[in-house]
Amino acid sequence: MKLLQLAIAATITTGLIGWIATDVAARTMIQNKGSDTLVNVAQAWAEAYQKVKPDVAVAVTGGGSGTGIAAMINGTVDLANSSRAMKEKEIAEANKNNIKPMEHLVGYDALAIFVHKSNPMTSITLAQLADMYGDDGKTENWSQLGVKVPGCQGNKIVLISRQNNSGTYIYFQEAVLGEKRDFRLGTKDLHGSKDVIDLVEKTPCAVGYSGLAYDSPHVKKLPVAKDDKATPVEATMANAVSKLYPIARPLFMYTNGEPQGDVKAYLDWIKSDIGQCITEEKGYAPIRPINCAKK
Amino acid sequence: MTAHSAIQPTHVTVGDAKDKNWYIDKSFEILMFICGISAIIFVVGIFLFVFKEGLGFILGDMNFSEFFLSQKWRPTSLNKATYGILAMVAGTAAVTGLAMLICLPISIGAAIFIAEFAKGRTREILKIVIEFLAAIPSVVWGFIALSIMNPLIINVFDVPMGLGVLNSAIILALMAAPIVTSIAEDAFKAVPDTYREAAEALGATRWQTIYKVILPAAKNGLLSAGLLGVGRGFGETMAILMASGHSINIPTSVFDSFRALTATIAAELGETAVGSPHYQSLFAIGIFLFLITFIINMTADFIVRGVRKG
Repeated sequence: MKLLQLAIAATITTGLIGWIATDVAARTMIQNKGSDTLVNVAQAWAEAYQKVKPDVAVAVTGGGSGTGIAAMINGTVDLANSSRAMKEKEIAEANKNNIKPMEHLVGYDALAIFVHKSNPMTSITLAQLADMYGDDGKTENWSQLGVKVPGCQGNKIVLISRQNNSGTYIYFQEAVLGEKRDFRLGTKDLHGSKDVIDLVEKTPCAVGYSGLAYDSPHVKKLPVAKDDKATPVEATMANAVSKLYPIARPLFMYTNGEPQGDVKAYLDWIKSDIGQCITEEKGYAPIRPINCAKK
Repeated sequence: MTAHSAIQPTHVTVGDAKDKNWYIDKSFEILMFICGISAIIFVVGIFLFVFKEGLGFILGDMNFSEFFLSQKWRPTSLNKATYGILAMVAGTAAVTGLAMLICLPISIGAAIFIAEFAKGRTREILKIVIEFLAAIPSVVWGFIALSIMNPLIINVFDVPMGLGVLNSAIILALMAAPIVTSIAEDAFKAVPDTYREAAEALGATRWQTIYKVILPAAKNGLLSAGLLGVGRGFGETMAILMASGHSINIPTSVFDSFRALTATIAAELGETAVGSPHYQSLFAIGIFLFLITFIINMTADFIVRGVRKG
């Protein structure tokens, strides 16, 4: 009898799984993965798109640009989000797997520099940042930048960075340190944009960098100057669009080859005014100047 | 099953062993055998997989002296990728060492109390509560490290950041405590009661009995408890990833940040292209970790076996 019961239970379970599976299969799934910088807006797009096309489901996961690009190279996603352009080496690796990555610009982001609320700094230059974060850099104390941070013991700078495959990390290296210079060893390599803000908020000695969309009232955002003579520019969306802000960067989505069918429709929708207004609403700059109704 | 055939004797032909029940019996025997050896199959399979993925790096890009003697871990560097794990090995070893310094006295003390002093209810409640510590998921420990220990260490010791060796070691000590306590308790229980009776007959106090008789007799068991704790320390990932500050740095003080070997794999593996040197180098770290924990666990196992025989 026990065996019979077991058999019945097994049949019902298999049936249920089969039923759920066919239900899911009836809808088109778009796998979307990558950049932590983009994950919030990607989720907002996916949710809004659900109302436009209920039979297309977009599954969004974060993890970092490296994750998205790796998934694209391995052929496990339809759309990879990245806050940096793919490297030639990565494109070659993808080609080896018979994948032809195609780049689509979906927005701009300003890379903001964050310090603790109590930090008296009023602006920072790219050279100062490079000397703090770069290999063999000389700046190790806040006093070298002419400030004393209250609550920061020893005045030593606590450098907060990102894991070495994050798009933000690589963009920072290219834009601030220069391609030939590595990061200093001993930075705190955190695993998400939000973690950077959280740690800066709690650590008086800290400095960190992150996408503008993660700005919070609990931390201080430093205006950045291109060099000693230039006037420091506030990290805002308007300054990112006008390219006045020195470390603004494009945000991409990648497809395998020319996008087709549902993926193409989704990408076109993202680039449309409706999609781009969501981009702006989430704290990123749209790809072209548009007028969105303020909510 | 024999009861079943007794009810329906007409279906059983005497002398013919291969009836329905025989087949059920046999198939279950085979099923159980497969379950029994599956552990071996999995271990071998995992080892082969990890080894296969890492082998390309070990034979190709890996430079042994750089791997073990350089602290420059820059697998994604734009000019020259370097793969040095010295800082991570030092960090992992430092935190495991400190964690054991904190954990062993507490755990062995707890084990002595449970095995020698506590009676009845107290003993049962203590055992359950200590085992409950082991049921807390490691990511929850990580949260405790980030949100409670971090500000606490900053305030108490007046240091710039509370994520580092001390924070991780305290968390790790608490995580290893249940295992170490229960193995140490087993070791104390394994000491024959005749030893205690003999000590008492000689007029030894309880403390003298524990200190002079039971501790030396349980020495091997305690050593293996410590080794398993060390194995736990080397293998713990999530909590350490959150508590360590994740920074490539050879720690020189207990407040320094560091980076664990396991945490490096966890943080970076998802972001590498399958088959790239970075991916393979992470598997090479995996092989290294596997060997270390394998050696530690084997040593602990041999010592325990020594205890059982003696």
